[in-house]
Amino acid sequence: MLESLPELVNDDPVLLRRGRFLSTRFLVGIGETEYLVDVREGRIERVARGPFVMPSWCFALRGGADAWSQFWKKIPPPGYHDLFALAKRGLLTIEGDLHPLMANLFYIKGVLAAPRRLGGRS
Amino acid sequence: MAAAIDPIVGRYVHMSLGGRAHRIYFEEAGEGIPLVCLHTAGADGRQFRHLMADRAVTDHYRVLAFDLPWHGKSTPPDGWEREEYRLTTAAYTEAIRAFCAALDLEKPVVLGCSIGGRIVLNLAIAHAAEFRALIGLEAADFQTPWYDTTWLHRPDVNGGEVCAGLVSGLLAPESPDVARWETLWMYMQGGPGVFKGDLHFYRVDGDLRGRVAAIDTRVCPLYLLTGEYDFSCTPEDTQRTAAQIAGVEVVVMKELGHFPMSENPEQFRRYILPVLDRIRSQR
Repeated sequence: MLESLPELVNDDPVLLRRGRFLSTRFLVGIGETEYLVDVREGRIERVARGPFVMPSWCFALRGGADAWSQFWKKIPPPGYHDLFALAKRGLLTIEGDLHPLMANLFYIKGVLAAPRRLGGRS
Repeated sequence: MAAAIDPIVGRYVHMSLGGRAHRIYFEEAGEGIPLVCLHTAGADGRQFRHLMADRAVTDHYRVLAFDLPWHGKSTPPDGWEREEYRLTTAAYTEAIRAFCAALDLEKPVVLGCSIGGRIVLNLAIAHAAEFRALIGLEAADFQTPWYDTTWLHRPDVNGGEVCAGLVSGLLAPESPDVARWETLWMYMQGGPGVFKGDLHFYRVDGDLRGRVAAIDTRVCPLYLLTGEYDFSCTPEDTQRTAAQIAGVEVVVMKELGHFPMSENPEQFRRYILPVLDRIRSQR
């Protein structure tokens, strides 16, 4: 799912514009698998899949495989439709330096929701 | 050629709140039973513009929505620049009752969403005899915090965008884009620290746990409607609250979130019209 982020995001002018001030690296944990997402001025430069040796990242969003799978449905069920919905229910942890996340919240939410467009599995 | 003009009229009413002069903006449409609508935290009365354009409502109800001080077109009281805004149960209750008194409303119905839903519970506890009926949208006796509100008012984070970005998850996925983004736009326009100050009431001062059992729905009927996608006030939160109140009516609204009247008015009217019809048939 996350491997498709560069094509999903970098062709979306609205999302690119939202993220134009953001350059960062964040970690996404999906079950046991970790991904590092490199952002440069709103473009997704790289998505690397772990395991990693001494990964350096700014903030991390970790959730179970089922939680992400529900989140990425075209119409997610209640409680799985938003990162904070998952976090409130203990299905997602959000940690690290949260400033880039909070200062670019629409962008990050847009990036992480983008795989819903790959579609169909509802 | 005559342009289309909404059937909504806005005016300013002068009221004293907390011993200080206020100039409160309110809008209204329709004729009949007064229906006072309370907007959510960090937003304003524009959330009710669809309700106000609905003849099925305005043929029977005089729909009114006022902006709380610091919100929308109700400016803060003089001297605001020296204060940190914090909403309290007492101030919120006073504002509602003062508005009803200022307009000489006779036993109005009050419909409130989110913080408006919470204060409706407080009105039911403490002032039930003054109202014909009380409707709480996205209402419960308590809300479990799910983020640090310091993020809402900091110089290094855009206040409007972080407020809207946080609440964006509270809308249902099915809500139409146009209504969704209009709802979020209102959050982006909120004054600095205002949404945060409202949440002081929502999370701290307005905690009604242990108190809702005192509500007597024979004095004033109470309706609680909550959207299934609302995770700030979940249907479970509302049902937990309702379980303590004899005679309350509870409805879980499908395909709706925290802003039912604003995010998907077509879907919302399916739920609110039967409630409004019930209320006006009860004399």
